[in-house]
Amino acid sequence: MFKQDQLDKLTAKKEGWSAKLDATVKKRPEREPQFSTDSGIVVNTVYTPLDIADMDYERDLGLPGEYPYTRGVQPNMYRGRLWTMRQYAGFGSAEETNQRFRYLLEQGQTGLSCAFDLPTQIGYDSDHPLAKGEIGKVGVAIDTLADMETLFDQIPLGKVSTSMTINAPAGVLLAMYIACAEKQGFKKSEINGTIQNDVIKEYICRGTYILPPEPSMRLISNIFEYCSKEIPQWNTISISGYHIREAGSTAAQEIAFTLADGIAYVDAAVKAGLDVDSFGPRLSFFFNAHLNFLEEIAKFRAARRVWAKIMRERFGAKDPRSWTLRFHTQTAGCSLTAQQPMVNIMRTAFEALAAVLGGTQSLHTNSYDEALALPCDESVLIALRTQQVIGYEIGVCDVVDPLGGSYYIESLTNQLEDKTWEYINKIDSLGGAVKAIDYMQKEIHNSAYQYQLAIDNKRKTVIGVNRFQMKEEELPKNLLKVDLSVGERQVAKLNKVKAGRDNAKVQSLLKAVREAAQSDANMIPVFIDAVKEYVSLGEICGVLREVFGEYKQQIVF
Amino acid sequence: MSEKRIRVLVAKPGLDGHDRGAKVIAQALRDAGMEVIYTGLRQTPEQIVSAALQEDVDVVGMSILSGAHGTLFPEVVNLLREKGADDILVVGGGIIPEDDIPALKQAGIAEVFGPGTPLEYVVKYIKENVKN
Repeated sequence: MFKQDQLDKLTAKKEGWSAKLDATVKKRPEREPQFSTDSGIVVNTVYTPLDIADMDYERDLGLPGEYPYTRGVQPNMYRGRLWTMRQYAGFGSAEETNQRFRYLLEQGQTGLSCAFDLPTQIGYDSDHPLAKGEIGKVGVAIDTLADMETLFDQIPLGKVSTSMTINAPAGVLLAMYIACAEKQGFKKSEINGTIQNDVIKEYICRGTYILPPEPSMRLISNIFEYCSKEIPQWNTISISGYHIREAGSTAAQEIAFTLADGIAYVDAAVKAGLDVDSFGPRLSFFFNAHLNFLEEIAKFRAARRVWAKIMRERFGAKDPRSWTLRFHTQTAGCSLTAQQPMVNIMRTAFEALAAVLGGTQSLHTNSYDEALALPCDESVLIALRTQQVIGYEIGVCDVVDPLGGSYYIESLTNQLEDKTWEYINKIDSLGGAVKAIDYMQKEIHNSAYQYQLAIDNKRKTVIGVNRFQMKEEELPKNLLKVDLSVGERQVAKLNKVKAGRDNAKVQSLLKAVREAAQSDANMIPVFIDAVKEYVSLGEICGVLREVFGEYKQQIVF
Repeated sequence: MSEKRIRVLVAKPGLDGHDRGAKVIAQALRDAGMEVIYTGLRQTPEQIVSAALQEDVDVVGMSILSGAHGTLFPEVVNLLREKGADDILVVGGGIIPEDDIPALKQAGIAEVFGPGTPLEYVVKYIKENVKN
């Protein structure tokens, strides 16, 4: 990109400048002996063409919407349409969550994102002993199609896109969503949305696994195959670095481990006989936007470039849509503080801006009270307004990848890419992501511990926690509370549904689930048949548990 | 003669899978010279109490981020009492609203550590309050 004689001149000039710099630092020492990013990349005083002297514009950046997609996945990005503003919501019963969804849509939100409670995520009905105390706490409780119908009451599923944070039982919840949309009068092919469906990161760091890896990977491949034929607009998986980062990883580990998980899913599907271009275009990703603003922007750019190379070079994908890494972003929950919670509004705004400058396709902004409880209506509104300010008021969406070409951003993007390949090679050498779960857990834990030590010894500043604390603080008053009666009401509703259905039919449908599980058939059509007759999530997952057994976590500590 | 090392069970009750905090605390206690056993995820109160007795611990530290603390923390304390193990110091942490803390203390949770608590503070608290 640069002429050699110009670079030589600059090298000579920089030597003189360095002497000047040393004198300045000697007179007045810098704030830190060494500056570095969250991923441990050393940050120099200034960046120049010398730092990206090897860069080849065509090869490394390209134009937006073109390989290797460093600058973005569409040619005009937000000049056409802004990202989808998608606030993750769900708590209590289906009625309460339905009200929150409708409130968010009325306020200008453009897509839904559904949180399920932990029993639902782990495939237990609300009457299971392990569901005690957990019903409706971190999301909505869904036992049967009846709950799903209430959840989307008066929300036309053929017109709104919905992202569902559901992993181990993703196939069953997808079946319920399809059944619900059909009941509303829409065709399967009209629905649009995402299921998270990323079980490997559940083993690594999020914890809502059910089955061992092998049957889990099979169910995931079943979903890829079914959706490619029946619901072509559906994002069949959201390969997630978000939770890896929340568990304490660095930015480099976040993208490396996520893309390594992506490789494992593509491998499994190809081994199951699918053509990489039949499902590749529907793979989507989910990343964290953390506080280290410029490194985060570079992270998104590096992730796009690495994934494009993986799909084209490693898997031989031919369809350009298979090469593009499309992603959702959520601002970093772990960066929020319980102390001086209003300050979280600023943190979230900067993180959201990093996601937009990094080219995200959809975005969730956290609410300021989330280190204390689930967000209340007021806090979730400010979070949504933050996105609207970025989208409509500050001009950053009028041009594609405005920081592309910055010597620092490009250097960081390159260095993050190098670190990502190092990790991917290491994970390959361990036999792939599924075999490297322990390794990734150890790496994440070490980073988490170092992060906490840096806060405790004040090498890292957290406003309100280790600096600028206030003696007397007033905490927000209208924190959202999910009361325990939700559990009782949910169990009563489940009992009523069970009493009102054709139980002989339920038994035969459960038998069909078992037989499909024992064969190598695609499970999704069987799930759809079952949920339509109000067979419960817990009943279906119970059969899968019996057939496949359960995953036992290795305790890495 | 060297002092007896404090034994701690770090536990994750309920279905919540967020164990960053539990593992960071476990490591800090270990680095402070305590013997630490980590239960892993999805432990019922019964499993936690049985591990506490079997491992003969002085302290049980529990972490929940799902909001189920109001149900699960007191159950562990009650079961420990039933087994005559009320000399075990029980502490908790996680996303726990201020308003819930008095009821938890009433139920026998000695201390609740919220987000932002320095590791050193937890170590000090345990050293000063462990019962034997």
